[in-house]
Amino acid sequence: MFRHKLIVSSVLLALGLPSAAEAATNADLQQIHHEIEQLRQNYESRIAALESRLKLAESEARQAGAKADKAAGQAEAASAIASAPPPSHSGGDNISAFNPGVSLILSGLYSNHSQDPAAYQITGFHLPADVLGAARPQRGFSLTESELGIYANIDPLFYGGLNFSIHPDNTVSTEEAFIQTTSLPHGLTVKAGRFYSGIGYLNEQHAHTWDFADAPLAYQAFLGGQFNNDGVQVRWLAPTDTYLEVGAELGRGANYPGTGRDKNGSGASALFAHAGGDIGISNSWRAGLSVLTTSPQDRTWDDVNLANAAVTNRFSGNSKLWIADGVWKWSPNGNTYYTNFKLQGEYLRRTEDGTLVSAATPGSYASTQSGWYLQGIYQFAPYWRAGVRTERLDSGSVDYGINNATLLRPDYAPTRQSVMVDFNASEFSRIRLQLAQDKSRQGASDNQLFLQYQMALGAHGAHQY
Amino acid sequence: MRTAVRFILASVLTLAALPAFAALNIFACEPEWGALAQELGGDKVSVYNATNALQDVHHIQAKPSLLARARNADMMVCTGSQLEIGWLPILLQQAGNPRIQQGKPGYFEAAHYVRLLEIPSSTDRSLGDVHPGGNPHIQTDPRNIAQVADALAKRLAQVDPANTAYYQARYQAFMPRWQAAIARWEKEAAPLKGVSIVVQHKGFPYLENWLGLIEVASLEPKPGVEPTAAHLEEVLSLLQHKPAKMVIRAAYSDDRPSLWLAQHAKIPAVKLPSTVGGTERAKDLFGLYDDTVQRLLGALK
Repeated sequence: MFRHKLIVSSVLLALGLPSAAEAATNADLQQIHHEIEQLRQNYESRIAALESRLKLAESEARQAGAKADKAAGQAEAASAIASAPPPSHSGGDNISAFNPGVSLILSGLYSNHSQDPAAYQITGFHLPADVLGAARPQRGFSLTESELGIYANIDPLFYGGLNFSIHPDNTVSTEEAFIQTTSLPHGLTVKAGRFYSGIGYLNEQHAHTWDFADAPLAYQAFLGGQFNNDGVQVRWLAPTDTYLEVGAELGRGANYPGTGRDKNGSGASALFAHAGGDIGISNSWRAGLSVLTTSPQDRTWDDVNLANAAVTNRFSGNSKLWIADGVWKWSPNGNTYYTNFKLQGEYLRRTEDGTLVSAATPGSYASTQSGWYLQGIYQFAPYWRAGVRTERLDSGSVDYGINNATLLRPDYAPTRQSVMVDFNASEFSRIRLQLAQDKSRQGASDNQLFLQYQMALGAHGAHQY
Repeated sequence: MRTAVRFILASVLTLAALPAFAALNIFACEPEWGALAQELGGDKVSVYNATNALQDVHHIQAKPSLLARARNADMMVCTGSQLEIGWLPILLQQAGNPRIQQGKPGYFEAAHYVRLLEIPSSTDRSLGDVHPGGNPHIQTDPRNIAQVADALAKRLAQVDPANTAYYQARYQAFMPRWQAAIARWEKEAAPLKGVSIVVQHKGFPYLENWLGLIEVASLEPKPGVEPTAAHLEEVLSLLQHKPAKMVIRAAYSDDRPSLWLAQHAKIPAVKLPSTVGGTERAKDLFGLYDDTVQRLLGALK
């Protein structure tokens, strides 16, 4: 008993309750037992909680380890690959990072003509003096149009660019300067500024991508070579697997067949539709129909009347040009690199009506004229192509009204036959030899020889179909 | 007349309503990406291959058919590294399709997800057709396909979030099969390690890197420049003291230069599929490497 008391006292002492030691009773002892029990339970539950947390942590660690192993395995597989981390596409540090694509076209020509180009004309087709001057060939060595093009995406919504043409006489003209949407939905694209009209097939392409050194006669007669316009263009590409595109343009119409003007609204409108697709894997095609409407005011050209006297004619009225175009391309399995063939043709038909003032005599004017060309280009080996072009204009019907009494209405069909061969050391350079017999002018057959280079340096331009 | 109008109206409406139920339209610039998109996309995608294995990928035109398909594409899957520079920009500009413009999720360039080889230190066109970003013919190493698959599966889910789980599941199913196949090809191709080869076009650095092949010469004097008689003679004399076991070319390349060398150097000429569809056995991605490895091994015997 004494010993019991001593022990309890010691415990009590140890628990820091010395003053209560002697007063310890059974009730007290029970109270103490209870408290100790509570403490024990308390610690046990906390230990259990700690233990469970430990277990959880352990299992998590195991899982993480397994994951790490797996990841390491994958990483190993990946790095066995040849490959360290994917490339950091850098190069964005310097200020030139956002510079647009710049491309320069260099072009030069040697030409030989059996006729004096000074008297050049397309008999029966009346071109204003400046248009005729630009179409008139030069003999000997000359620079042909060299072009400087600068193009880039402007932001996520717009693309834009500029194309300067440097002419042999040291003048510069702006062939194109436009902005274009890239992110309109539903196949819509809007272009604004100065651009080559979407009419026909060749018109929209830059001259350096043409397959002959010069524009077809019909393009020279009806479009002054190539028609560009200041205005707006909307195109819509149909959601079909067969290519189907329609487009409309409104513009200033300052260039031939239109004339310079100063008034509100538009002076030229164009509508065009293109369809195209593949036939098997070796053939592809595109066909189109376009109409260009202009309203020239005082379009002026020099003519010679029946009395063989020089006169000046001025036409005001409406001009409507229809173009049907088609191109078919073939290459074995669609692999254009070794051999390919391209057949291309366009038919142009123009109707004009209005008034014509000939040497101060006003009268009515109505004409319907047409022309076409057909050409085939065969790449018979890598780098080498040969081509043939045949073309013909029909001076059609021209009614000068009262001036029929004084003006010439020649019944003549201008024709030209051309052959060419070119060497393309890469997609950036071309050297071409072209021979032609040009019967644009009645009674003067001009035998022509052209030797030409066209080279592109700078940004890699993507070309239209 | 009225019936005709009704019929046309009904057809137009049906056409207009179709895309809402249709699969994700994928425009694949090259067949290997078409095949991969099909593997990962299953029946949730409809794949259009813009080019085939018999076409020289450097010389593709922006054909009307491609423009029409680009117009309707939800996603473009291309190689990048300027491989498509001659034609893809035209499609992007003229398609009137904001989904596939650069920077959008619908514009995917595989070359972004692998380490490119042969990055030129200078870009000058006197060096031939070099790609400033590096050699774009990445599809000749199946490990690159694995890396692109990972990125493409994620991208598919981003473009078409409703089917995320589906694409993930297909990716999870594809990868073990692909890794196992790589292991098998590597085992089979072990004898090719250290083997010297001649290539017609520098289109195989990734294949060489994968299998340990050693390229001793190229039949093209410069990348993208046709083999010339003089250069072929040079290669032939080089082989006198640096012998090669075979000369390889892609399915779309002219066979004459490599056949000439094969005949004169008395080594086999090997046509490789280069991509899906390049040979009869290269029907899909697995077949592509099955056939590639088998053809190389066949030439070694």
